[in-house]
Amino acid sequence: MKHEITLTINGQSVTAEVDSRLLLIHFIREQLDLTGTHIGCDTSNCGACTILLNGMSVKSCTYLAVRADGAEITTIEGLAAEGTNHPLQKGFHDQHGLHCGFCTPGMIMRSVDLLKNNPDPTEEEIRWGISGNLCRCTGYNNIVKSIQQAAKEMQQEKETTV
Amino acid sequence: MFKCKTSAEVGGMGHSVKRKEDARFLHGKGNYVDDVKLPGMLTMVMVRSPYAYAKIKSINKEKALAIPGVLAVITGEDLAQYNLHWMPTLLSDTQMVLPTDTVMHQAQEVCAVIATDRYIAVDGAEAVDVQYEPMDAIVDPFKALDEGAPLLRPDKDGQKDNQIYHWERGDRGKTDEVIANADVVVKERIHLPRIHVASIETCGCVASYDKDTEKLVVYLTTQAPHAIRTIVALVAGHVGLSEEKIRIISPDIGGGFGGKVPVYPAYVVAIAATFLIGKPVKWIEDRSENLVNGFARDYHMDCELAATKDGKIQAFKVSTLADHGYTDSSANPSKYPTGMFSICTGSYDYEHAFAELDAVYTNKAPGGVAYRCSFRVTEAVHAIERMVDKLAAKIGKDPALIRLENFIKKDQFPYASPLGWSYDSGDYEATLKKAMEMIGYEDYKKEQVEKRKQGKLMGIGISTFTEVVGAGPSKDFDILGIAMFDSAEIRVHPTGKALARFGTKSQGQGHETTYAQILAEELGIPYTDIEIDEGDTDTAPYGLGTYASRSTPTAGAAAAIAARKLRDKGKKIAAYLLEVSEEDIEWEVGKYFVKGAPEKSKTIQEVVFAAYTNIPPGMEPGFEATHYYDPPNLTFPNGAYICVVEVEKETGAIDVKRFVAIDDCGNIINPMIVEGQVHGGLTQGIAPAMYEGIEYDEQGNVLNGTFMDYLVPTAVESPHWETGHTITPSPHHPLGAKGVAESPTVGAPPAIANAIIDALAPLGIEHLDIPITPAKVWEAIQAHS
Ligand code: FES
Ligand code: FES
Repeated sequence: MKHEITLTINGQSVTAEVDSRLLLIHFIREQLDLTGTHIGCDTSNCGACTILLNGMSVKSCTYLAVRADGAEITTIEGLAAEGTNHPLQKGFHDQHGLHCGFCTPGMIMRSVDLLKNNPDPTEEEIRWGISGNLCRCTGYNNIVKSIQQAAKEMQQEKETTV
Repeated sequence: MFKCKTSAEVGGMGHSVKRKEDARFLHGKGNYVDDVKLPGMLTMVMVRSPYAYAKIKSINKEKALAIPGVLAVITGEDLAQYNLHWMPTLLSDTQMVLPTDTVMHQAQEVCAVIATDRYIAVDGAEAVDVQYEPMDAIVDPFKALDEGAPLLRPDKDGQKDNQIYHWERGDRGKTDEVIANADVVVKERIHLPRIHVASIETCGCVASYDKDTEKLVVYLTTQAPHAIRTIVALVAGHVGLSEEKIRIISPDIGGGFGGKVPVYPAYVVAIAATFLIGKPVKWIEDRSENLVNGFARDYHMDCELAATKDGKIQAFKVSTLADHGYTDSSANPSKYPTGMFSICTGSYDYEHAFAELDAVYTNKAPGGVAYRCSFRVTEAVHAIERMVDKLAAKIGKDPALIRLENFIKKDQFPYASPLGWSYDSGDYEATLKKAMEMIGYEDYKKEQVEKRKQGKLMGIGISTFTEVVGAGPSKDFDILGIAMFDSAEIRVHPTGKALARFGTKSQGQGHETTYAQILAEELGIPYTDIEIDEGDTDTAPYGLGTYASRSTPTAGAAAAIAARKLRDKGKKIAAYLLEVSEEDIEWEVGKYFVKGAPEKSKTIQEVVFAAYTNIPPGMEPGFEATHYYDPPNLTFPNGAYICVVEVEKETGAIDVKRFVAIDDCGNIINPMIVEGQVHGGLTQGIAPAMYEGIEYDEQGNVLNGTFMDYLVPTAVESPHWETGHTITPSPHHPLGAKGVAESPTVGAPPAIANAIIDALAPLGIEHLDIPITPAKVWEAIQAHS
């Protein structure tokens, strides 16, 4: 069965016909051609598909596209304005938080939510906070550092804007 | 320590410059195989066998073909018409592309469904009706050689039993004699479990054949695009695919670790499908397909280590049974069916050793695929490092001391190992001492005494390993006959900026940065002015690809030598421009100057410009060079790892308190990247040590084939790694570098196993096979109390 859905993705409104069974990840990657969000498993374990849905990090492989009707979605492509970096993107670059880059968009989108809820996390809290996302390359040390750097930068930004 | 020769702006060796490739990945603009979308592209899904061993009675395609959008179902019979139903593995065994009569392991590809969209293709796969007649599978490799065991590979000429080959090296008689007469002998059967690389990107391809141009383009998750092109030409030459018409493009790769070296059956089916249908065909593996195919390890090793009563090692013997599943899918050089397993004598100086191995067929997926390890080095290192610890425990000597007393000494290099390697360089004592100091070894020893008095289980584990990486030399190393050299091609443009292409392929190692740094080091052109390109066989020079830590030892060396060729040419141009003879010109990074008159100089950029605009008479214009590097020897990175654990007696829970890794990989190109590689490798080391291992039941069903139960460590299981270095340059590598990315995967498991077993030693536990899970520890504790 087909359904019409309307949602906002990276600030743009989109209306589309989708099959009942279409997964949000496939809608994003194949219908909207936003291929920055990846697929790493079929059991909801790896987090490569993580996006922000109404501000919350969600594994888009475990979410039906129809259910996203009316939602506001941000993917890695829409995290920062063209040519700029979100503090997390900067953190991952500065701290060598990525190797192959496949897990990176999901890690970053998860971390956005993590830092929103816990702006000054300890190493332990970061490790638990990203434990729904697998990285096979980095050994996580530098991902933790990347998130710490971003947390610091975002705190400072907040202080200077207050 | 290594001293940088270049400024930070130039960014040559030793500078932790940030990676040039990061931006596209950070912004979601990486281009992985599944991101490739071609006009009219179809999707392929594989139907897989539910049985480990069965006859195929029939395959009925009708219901599948009746589904709107399903265009084709391809079976082994279909491929057999073109003689494409079998293919060679990289070690000259044979593997079914699709079966015509028998399936040999659970989840083996049975047929392929091609449809307009992936959902329809999955519907089609479910609608294909396959009738099987199940047979009794051989799951236990020890039973494969039993008298009367069914012959699993009757298709192979001359195959009379389930043995694939027997291999041996060393002096059996002398080794046996020394062992028989030794003061102390320790023995153990050690198993290294079947594991899977589980790169977060699975395998896949988009194959596209154009009938007009007769060109086949394949976007492929491969670590070795050139080798694959040649193999495709060899395998499918008879149906008219010739090598100049085949273009393999390895775009961004989401982790490889050896799992993206083999040719998987579905690649061949996708190629056949595009050839027949004339439209692009995409196949992307699901995780649960990925995890049940193509495994690493699975060696059962009977080890014996002999020593004098005060712990001087005298001889080592290891007899191995290797479970290869239904085909030997190793990507090993053909003269080395067991890879570099004969590095198993380790970092220690003794005379006698013997290693033998019997490889057998079972009803499991193809075995012998790598897992971030240079051809069986992990198995070898685990064997010797466990045994040295066992020896230390037996004679009551400190495991650090016994290693220090047995190490090959710094001045013994190049060292001829008992099984025939020539170790290039190392300072094992300094490396171990650095690790001991960094972790505070003596303090932990004291703490352990205290803890043991309180009945607490605390362990300290060491591993001091030697790796062997960087194949060639080509006289000894090949893949299906293709010599293992590697290549670099440099083009410096008139304005002094460069494009360099390589026969290797990064899967996250950061080649776009490190290769640029090597060229910056050699030419003085800033690394930011150098573009690196790999992975497209139509443009890159021929090379054997990236695996077995060979990129820096081979392609890195090729880059340095190609750059040196350019520097020689530059010298002639500089002499012409400065109007002196060539002998009067000297080089310092980035410029040529006149001996004794340094104010008379030309920068590399000026010289390059002249190569296009003001060419010395008689000289070939342009500023380009290519080099194919055939290494004179392998390189031997090494390291000392120390791990401290605590084990909870009541639950078996294991807490890794500290882990210090000191690596010696020779000269370092980018310390930040090397450290990152070590971190990643360590997590892939703790994985098989404590979490990963594919299990089968008696029927050959895989028990843990998804990420729900195949436990890839998360940030929580992965400890906070502490790393450091000693630097002993390789004497034969042009940059003194050795390669590093696999050392930690090789070195970490025995350090962790030794630590856990040391913690359990007061209970009388002497050995546990990895993965050492809390359940396994708990059971061992129960059995010993
Ligand atoms: S793809 Fe693995 S959790 Fe979504
Ligand atoms: S960077 Fe490769 S999976 Fe995380």
